[in-house]
Amino acid sequence: MSARDLLERGPRVVNVGLAGFARDLERQGTPVIAVDWTPPLGSSDTLALVDRLRADAGACERLERANREALRRMLAGEPVLVDVVSAGEVIEGLDERVVLHAGPPIEWARMCGPMRGAVAGAIVLEGWAPDLVAAMVLAASGEIYFHPNHHFDAVGPMTGITTRSMPVMVVENRAFSNRAYCTLNEGLGKVMRFGGNDAGVLDRLRWLASTLAPMLSAALRDLGGLDLKGIIARGLSMGDEMHQRNVACTSLLLRELAPALARTCGDAALLEQVLAFIGGNDQFFLNAAMVMGKAVMDPVGGIADSSVITAMSRNGTQFGIRLSGTGDTWFVAPVEMPQGLYFPGYTQADANPDMGDSTIVETLGLGGFAMAAAPAVVGFVGAGDASQARRYTQRMYEITVGANPEWRIPALNFAGVPSAIDALAVVEKGIVPTINTGIAHREPGVGQVGAGIVNAPFACFEQGFHALARGLGL
Amino acid sequence: MTLVVNRLRRKFYLDSVELMRLSAQLAADEHIDDAVLMVATENNKRVMADAGLLTDEGRSGSTADLVIAVRAADERAAQAALAAVDRSLDEAALGVEASDRNSAGSLGAALHTLPDANLALVSTPGEFAAREAHRALARGLNVMLFSDNVSLDDEISLKQAARQQGLLMMGPDCGTALIGGRPLAFCNAVPRGDVGVVAASGTGLQEVISLLARNGSGVSHALGAGGRDLLDAVGGMTTQSALSLLAEDPQTQRLLLVSKPPERRTAARIYAHLAGLGKPAVVCTLGLDTVSLPPPLKAARTLQQAVEVCLGIEMATTAPPRASLAGKRNAIHGWFTGGTLCSEALLILHEAGIAATSNVSRGAGLPATAKSPHRLIDLGADEYTLGRAHPMIDPQVRNARLRESLNDASVGLILLDVVLGYGAHEDPAGALVEALDTVPEPQRPLIIASVCGTDADPQNRSLQVARLVQHGVAVAGTNTEAARWAAQIARGT
Repeated sequence: MSARDLLERGPRVVNVGLAGFARDLERQGTPVIAVDWTPPLGSSDTLALVDRLRADAGACERLERANREALRRMLAGEPVLVDVVSAGEVIEGLDERVVLHAGPPIEWARMCGPMRGAVAGAIVLEGWAPDLVAAMVLAASGEIYFHPNHHFDAVGPMTGITTRSMPVMVVENRAFSNRAYCTLNEGLGKVMRFGGNDAGVLDRLRWLASTLAPMLSAALRDLGGLDLKGIIARGLSMGDEMHQRNVACTSLLLRELAPALARTCGDAALLEQVLAFIGGNDQFFLNAAMVMGKAVMDPVGGIADSSVITAMSRNGTQFGIRLSGTGDTWFVAPVEMPQGLYFPGYTQADANPDMGDSTIVETLGLGGFAMAAAPAVVGFVGAGDASQARRYTQRMYEITVGANPEWRIPALNFAGVPSAIDALAVVEKGIVPTINTGIAHREPGVGQVGAGIVNAPFACFEQGFHALARGLGL
Repeated sequence: MTLVVNRLRRKFYLDSVELMRLSAQLAADEHIDDAVLMVATENNKRVMADAGLLTDEGRSGSTADLVIAVRAADERAAQAALAAVDRSLDEAALGVEASDRNSAGSLGAALHTLPDANLALVSTPGEFAAREAHRALARGLNVMLFSDNVSLDDEISLKQAARQQGLLMMGPDCGTALIGGRPLAFCNAVPRGDVGVVAASGTGLQEVISLLARNGSGVSHALGAGGRDLLDAVGGMTTQSALSLLAEDPQTQRLLLVSKPPERRTAARIYAHLAGLGKPAVVCTLGLDTVSLPPPLKAARTLQQAVEVCLGIEMATTAPPRASLAGKRNAIHGWFTGGTLCSEALLILHEAGIAATSNVSRGAGLPATAKSPHRLIDLGADEYTLGRAHPMIDPQVRNARLRESLNDASVGLILLDVVLGYGAHEDPAGALVEALDTVPEPQRPLIIASVCGTDADPQNRSLQVARLVQHGVAVAGTNTEAARWAAQIARGT
């Protein structure tokens, strides 16, 4: 708009700063929109780097082209749930004494309480130690090899502990012929993903491996695989955001599986057990959403110059992200404490900092990014009223490359979920991804104590951006 | 004759309700007889076949695929409809809604909602302000940069960027503007008229537009350039482009330039430019100006005179209140919220042979006065506002100092300004009176004030003046007159 236009038509104002000016203009009937301005989060070095990038048309063009390709690959993904098998069978390198965990790499000494609890439980489950005390000693001895799930095409919720005997869901991304893996959801209460490790927890894990997994495997093979994208699309219109709330998707999954389970399982009592287990766990689908996310996001990696986030993940101590254009490098910062609601008898003082690979769901445009679809979770995650849920999603459009035309939110006028998080936009605007999350007790063995919202730490994005900018020749 | 066309989108899922909505939207097109979007299940294909909407293309689809079928009058209409569906399927809208139109998370989102915005009003803390202004300019917006504490280098780079793009860059430290009758930031409610004003930034502009209004005239546009625009380093970039804009503007018949004395090279350039614009122009430089004006430009020595010369009128003068600065109570203290008003008062006292210490001496081109009982202070200057609200918003800044002066046995006269308008405190006279009333009237020094504003301002000037008069304040018609009164009383004339 030229200066002459300003005089001829009168001011139509974008107010950046003092809110009182916008209020005065509004009162006088002058068209105005107020930018909700906050000081930029980046250091002056980072902001200068953003400015240099913005001033370099060639670099901008390369980055934008790369990000469009990243979004294209994301949207092109065809994730199909094909099987459930024991992890050791399908995950190469998941050998004896190897423990996969959530988040970026971490050694025993820095692991938080619940993760240590889960590791000890898994060691006993695998028979590498006779009891939990011996398991802790073994884990600390250096004889156990710890690796992130993400390095093995896998993801896991909360502690994310995966060992060879545990059954994993297998999702194949048929557009790119890659596969990803995630353990089965154990249910609510005292469970290994929240650090639970007593006999009851281990018995349930044994039942998952011995009973649930083979039945699911048979049903999925019978179906020839199960398309997950369609389930997500319907789930979004039924009030799920696939992180805190999976009740619709779990039901939809069960509806698809039930006939096949009935066909492939001759034992009515067993069938009842399995149907009741899935139907009795509103979060059963979470792990399916996660492994779908991993299968869809992995082919998005490795696009030179792309600032799109391909993984966000936490190990209970650090938050880590990966950018498409910087390959397998993790950019890490200390995790933040979730803000939320606590179960009776618990407070923030009991809470463990943020944890789990489940942020792959946000990486994919769901969870905190799709909050507008799930007004029911708003109170649970501490976000206030339903209109605020909409604002959470709207804010995420600021930091994503585009929207997903297949995954739409009715309450947002059928807008697609915000997709492909752009680290440059995060750094430039100082808006960080919002994550919906469960909250674990800080001590091992207690389990989930609440749920809430947490921010991805800005510092990860800042580091990632600096690394990417070096690649762009800045 | 009609024609049925199918298109298959492989592996594309949408909720069935959403598909029905899109089907209905498509069928509503006048060139389309019938249309449907369905997932290609066996059952759906049967339904479509029964409706005569299925072709071989659709028949080849499987349960993961979407069929778009249209029956249209001709191929062109059918293809246009299919293209429209493709667009709405591919471009999932971003979820910004009407109810959220008043605020946005970023400049980009703001422009998404108000795409024909033409001005960014930037008032962030100074260290971030240049960046925000640059971003706004890059988006093709004119900028009013209210923030101060912006470096001179940043100012120059912003103004160069604006000039390259034909945009107006007002500020930094531009507190006031009035465009097309619309007040921006700290500004008074004045009617539209034919006078176009360009000023540094603040209270000088407010005083002249208020005086124009109170003398029956009005303003086409009043544009601020920022207090440093006429330094040679900046070269008057904004002043020059603002004057050109007003020269081209059909509403504007007369030009009024109010500023501190420009630096020499810039003065010559700006005056030559202004003289060549072909509209009658008055220049009011508050300071000891050494550059003479080329004809036909007319000079004014005070803000009041600027308006008088511009309108060809003379405002009525009132005699000062009867008082003297004899004896021990001989000092003048001036506490100003407006920088230009403070400068003007200082100059008027200086011309009357009364030297005063002040934090605006340098800006007014006056030598620093080392020792004098008199002092005039601009409380809106950076050293008083760093980290706190401007005294036009927060009266406590001035009230604290005013109380000291009231209780100072050497002070015989206190000179004040009261600035009204949008952005200013809701009742500055009331706030002032609170401080004054801490000392009983007979024991006080003489209080002289002027009130900048109009009756259309949110505070209503007449009511504010009445309030001050009730509490024993001598209210002058203009800041110029208030300072003259002080000078006359000090000289005992």
